[in-house]
Amino acid sequence: MPRLSQWFIRAAFMYLLLGFTVGALLLAHKGIPLHPALWSWLPAHIEFLLFGWVVQVTMGMAFWILPRYWQQPRRPHPEFVTIAFVLLNLGIWLVVAGTTFRAGPWFLPTGRAVEGVAAAFFDLHAWRRIISREGT
Amino acid sequence: MPPLTRWYIKSALIYLAAALFLALVLALPASANLPLFIRYMNPAYFHLFLVGWVTQMIFGVIYWMFPIITRAQPRGNARLGWVSYGLLNVGLLLRVIGEPLVGVRPEAGFGWLLAVAALLQWLAAVTFVILT
Repeated sequence: MPRLSQWFIRAAFMYLLLGFTVGALLLAHKGIPLHPALWSWLPAHIEFLLFGWVVQVTMGMAFWILPRYWQQPRRPHPEFVTIAFVLLNLGIWLVVAGTTFRAGPWFLPTGRAVEGVAAAFFDLHAWRRIISREGT
Repeated sequence: MPPLTRWYIKSALIYLAAALFLALVLALPASANLPLFIRYMNPAYFHLFLVGWVTQMIFGVIYWMFPIITRAQPRGNARLGWVSYGLLNVGLLLRVIGEPLVGVRPEAGFGWLLAVAALLQWLAAVTFVILT
């Protein structure tokens, strides 16, 4: 498994644990009230699991298993994927800062924009790897 | 494909069908006079989809495709994998039943069901990460 996929998947597992921890507290709180402020963590729960876990594990797996080129580099433009990794994680925390921590009105839209740019960089890498065995 | 992966993926497919069926029921107009129990199942729908279908499918594929750990135990401790599978599914089903119960009859003392469901699903994620 390439190093970049390892980064994506290890980060995804961290978000899985974070997201499930917050989610478990929220669900338990529905049954046995723990603390009213817990509900402010709902956007973080969604962000951690949708972007941190599902999107990130999918990108990591895709970088690993999509068809590779016969010549070097076998996975073209890995720097695009490195940028996607950094931006995706930055975007997640900007969104969490803007929602759960109410850091300011621009954190949420900036976070979403950064996540969008991350997706664009990943697409730039992956698009040309979605090919048949004959290269078409 | 290892047996645990088959269980994960077949369960995921069942959850997908269940989630979409529930989505259809929840989309019915108010004039359909659905029982109040069903009206409280909106969060259950999301979690049937995202935990039951998406996460479980990912777990199954990861267990199947990730590089082998040792020749003796190519996918690590298989028993831990089964424990994670059981915890995730029992926890999720408890949630699907418990959440509307608590919504409809908050005074009936079913809140502990949700706490147990939360703990089981959390333990499932922890055991899967330890396994992988």
